[in-house]
Amino acid sequence: ARHSITLSTSKMAGADGDDSLYPIAVLIDELRNEDVQLRLNSIKKLSTIALALGVERTRTELLPFLTDTIYDEDEVLLALAEQLGNFTMLVGGPEYVHCLLPPLESLATVEETVVRDKAVESLRKISQEHSPVDLEVHFEPLVKRLASGDWFTSRTSACGLFSVCYPRVSSTVKAEIRQHFRTLCSDDTPMVRRAAASKLGEFAKVLELDYVKSDIISLFTALASDEQDSVRLLAVEACVSIATLLPQEDLETLVMPTLRQAAEDKSWRVRYMVADKFSELQKAVGPEITKNDLVPAFQNLLKDCEAEVRAAAANKVKEFCENLPEDSREQIIMTHILPCVKELVSDTNQHVKSALASVIMGLSTILGKDNTVEHLLPLFLAQLKDECPEVRLNIISNLDCVNEVIGIRQLSQSLLPAIVELAEDAKWRVRLAIIEYMPLLAGQLGVEFFDEKLNTLCMAWLIDHVYAIREAATCNLMKLVEKFGAEWAQNTIVPKVLGMANDPNYLHRMTTLFCINALSEACGQDITTKQMLPVVLKMSNDQVANVRFNVAKSLQKIGPVLDSNALQSEVKPVLEKLATDTDMDVKYFAQEAISGKLVFPPPAAETSLYVRFYRSGKPDDHAVFLSSSTVLSLIAFVVHADVLL
Amino acid sequence: LAANKAARGNDFQWCFSQVKGAIDEDVAEADIISTVEFNYSGELLATGDKGGRVVIFQHEQESKNRPQLRGEYNVYSTFQSHEPEFDYLKSLEIEEKINKIRWLPQQNSAHFLLSTNDKTIKLWKISERDKRAEGYNLKDEEGRLRDPFRISSLRVPVLMPMDLMVEASPRRIFANAHTYHINSISVNSDHETYLSADDLRINLWHLEITDRSFNIVDIKPANMEELTEVITAAECHPHQCNVFVYSSSKGTIRLCDMRAAALCDRHSKFFEEPEDPSSRSFFSEIISSISDVKFSHSGRYMMTRDYLSVKVWDLNMENRPVETYQVHEYLRSKLCSLYENDCIFDKFECCWNGSDSAIMTGSYNNFFRMFDRNTRRDITLEASRESSKPRATLKPRKVSTGGKRKKDEISVDSLDFNKKILHTAWHPKENVIAVAATNNLYIFQDKIN
Repeated sequence: ARHSITLSTSKMAGADGDDSLYPIAVLIDELRNEDVQLRLNSIKKLSTIALALGVERTRTELLPFLTDTIYDEDEVLLALAEQLGNFTMLVGGPEYVHCLLPPLESLATVEETVVRDKAVESLRKISQEHSPVDLEVHFEPLVKRLASGDWFTSRTSACGLFSVCYPRVSSTVKAEIRQHFRTLCSDDTPMVRRAAASKLGEFAKVLELDYVKSDIISLFTALASDEQDSVRLLAVEACVSIATLLPQEDLETLVMPTLRQAAEDKSWRVRYMVADKFSELQKAVGPEITKNDLVPAFQNLLKDCEAEVRAAAANKVKEFCENLPEDSREQIIMTHILPCVKELVSDTNQHVKSALASVIMGLSTILGKDNTVEHLLPLFLAQLKDECPEVRLNIISNLDCVNEVIGIRQLSQSLLPAIVELAEDAKWRVRLAIIEYMPLLAGQLGVEFFDEKLNTLCMAWLIDHVYAIREAATCNLMKLVEKFGAEWAQNTIVPKVLGMANDPNYLHRMTTLFCINALSEACGQDITTKQMLPVVLKMSNDQVANVRFNVAKSLQKIGPVLDSNALQSEVKPVLEKLATDTDMDVKYFAQEAISGKLVFPPPAAETSLYVRFYRSGKPDDHAVFLSSSTVLSLIAFVVHADVLL
Repeated sequence: LAANKAARGNDFQWCFSQVKGAIDEDVAEADIISTVEFNYSGELLATGDKGGRVVIFQHEQESKNRPQLRGEYNVYSTFQSHEPEFDYLKSLEIEEKINKIRWLPQQNSAHFLLSTNDKTIKLWKISERDKRAEGYNLKDEEGRLRDPFRISSLRVPVLMPMDLMVEASPRRIFANAHTYHINSISVNSDHETYLSADDLRINLWHLEITDRSFNIVDIKPANMEELTEVITAAECHPHQCNVFVYSSSKGTIRLCDMRAAALCDRHSKFFEEPEDPSSRSFFSEIISSISDVKFSHSGRYMMTRDYLSVKVWDLNMENRPVETYQVHEYLRSKLCSLYENDCIFDKFECCWNGSDSAIMTGSYNNFFRMFDRNTRRDITLEASRESSKPRATLKPRKVSTGGKRKKDEISVDSLDFNKKILHTAWHPKENVIAVAATNNLYIFQDKIN
């Protein structure tokens, strides 16, 4: 069968030649082009090459060549490893899938982890396409070879392959696989032990329960007391899967001693891992063990001497409390968790405080109104006054949780100073962060509170000395108008924005233009045409060229919102004048605005228009009557959609 | 007779094996060797120089015809590791000089090493290639283009054997993490992290992550005028992945346990020998500054080098070293002139032999010293062209210390302070040593009788 492939770079041969071979020939030759991009391109089209060669030549020529190309750049090898995972049909279907093993085997031994992992992923994928016989004849020997390879790279790769072949092989082979896994768990190099530890849970899942109890538990215990911190901490992850597999009555004897030991490990990295996986562990061991063991363990982690551990535990406070058994939840939180949380509020480390601040508000839904007011509110208020801006920000960003339970009014008096302080923080990134919460705050605090307390802030940001802040402030105004409506905008912000057009600082005058760009749509045609447009037009005489070309850009931007009379009679002359400006940028943007990007419709004499749409020159069946303002927004749409009106 | 016995060191004699580098008297600055390091098997030996180059020598297989001659080290790969750079923000030139090279434990058929200059650490892969692909579709064997319209069949390239080619390729660049000059890099026994130390800070890196490192030690005072000490060297424990040590310009060593906390500003052990008040002088602090610290292979001991001595510390005893060896005590009376010519600030390194039973460090006049820890015997040898006949036994050297100068002795005043041996390395398994003398690399080995 011939397949025609088009390559943009290739010349197509004449009708008499074999027009499909040339592009393929190019692709094959480029497999070893000096330019890595071309090689990469060829590898990514490997299926095209294979298709052209046919299954036989792919197996006998292409794959042997690819097996030895492991000298290449990582990105090429990565692409190759990925391609080979989808190659089964191209080598002749499942019957021949084992032909893919040699190149993937060599890729599974390279030093680059991403490539190795991808090769293992592809091997796992094609293992499913092996028949049970092929799996034992071809695949399993490969796993053994890798597992007993000289270099640790091959042994680490083997760790990820046991679980895919185990369920599908005979019991003798199963025993061998278990033995190999055991050997790798006590390998000399920490790299291999880490790989084994990270696959322990996955391997446990495919093992028979008896072997989980006999084999896996002993390996788990050994890895969890490995001399290397980096191995022990991976055993914590395995703990979750193993605990899920075992019946409840075995957990106490088989898993808990190790877990307790990990929670008190000498190395903070191991304890960190326990804290980080706490919710998963909690679910895996069930409510009884949680009550008896995990609650005290969690308290210890919250009081850990290492800040990293406390921060990780603080992050889990809400989730842990949520997942506590309902019958004793409130009691446990109030007597065991809350005292620790209270201490964390005044922790010496700001990461700990800010981790806590990001979840603490969530406790209010769990504890209900009374407890929140009595116990949590003082904490929120303390955190709103924290010296670290991140803590305050995290509290403010989660206000919605508390709003649902007690209403935001309780907090508003403390909120305001916190917001004002953040709004004036010396670090612009902090100011930026608080601006982003403004629409949310506005929604929750209501328009009155906003006008009274926050509006000034929002306007002050417009003249911030950092552009990113001015830009965010502009965007913020738009969101506020969307929330509070055009009428609110007309009364509160539009006059102030327009007032800045006379500012002596040209940067502030430009901010007026940026605001108009952002607000015109939300404010609607009336405000835009009557209030904003005159200001924009007046600014076309500005002495600073940057302002003038931004006038051109603004006119282009607000054009769709304006009514057609204004467009024709006011905008057009101004743009035409700007198009003859002495400054080349002003000229350029004015011409951009006039040509094509903005369509000037004929003056609309009637109040309604009969509009017919044409697509690709053929008259459409639908004809509709539209009001003239709709026509204008349609024009904008039509211009964008490149359809003839 | 005594001298002869001492010369035998560990009951064998050292003999000349090879010398690398140009013989010319005027030495190009770029050719000066700045670091020497064997890999874990001893099969490869790497040197770095002031010109930013790394040269790797490979141990040749022993020849059957001449069994008395063990294999030599021949150039395996040479590459430019670092180039001179300019920091435009600080208006500072960044030299290309290679400060340190550290090999990674071998993970596949390729070899990997870390090399660093003052600011940037690079991970290099040194690999072999012995096959080449042949056969193109669009070109014939002679490289002439084929008519693209007449391609009637597709050719898949075939791999053919070719002469062995060794390639060095940069795999990772760990940059922008050090404000001060990097003095040490050390690979952790977990095989996935390493640390790098500059004058005031120590960072911990993951070997696969270049855009982020963790600062684990920071001794920079808030006010730089309060600065009284700097970090001079740092090393990871050979087996315990959580332990590392760093030495300071005040002659102390701090051992830190990374398990205890994420930041290791607080040490868990502090090694310091009380100063002898009677020998206190203007130079005391300068000469007590530690220029190198090395764990023994066993991990039980560590060795520190200061200006005049080498000390061996038991990790379990913090208040004094278990052994102290004088390297060139006769210089004590010369400190004033050594201060004037800046030699007093020379940073001598030191190394262990494979079984931790002997140690070696450099001195002036191209002399280097070895100390046998069991017999307490010491020996001074010289790396010089004069004794560089194949298999020539190295004669022990002696510096006369006051009184009458004996025959064969060299007076302190005639020592050449421009010829200094700062960098040496000992094969991890055999009695083969590499000694860097300015631009020459000498390789000596024990004589098989």
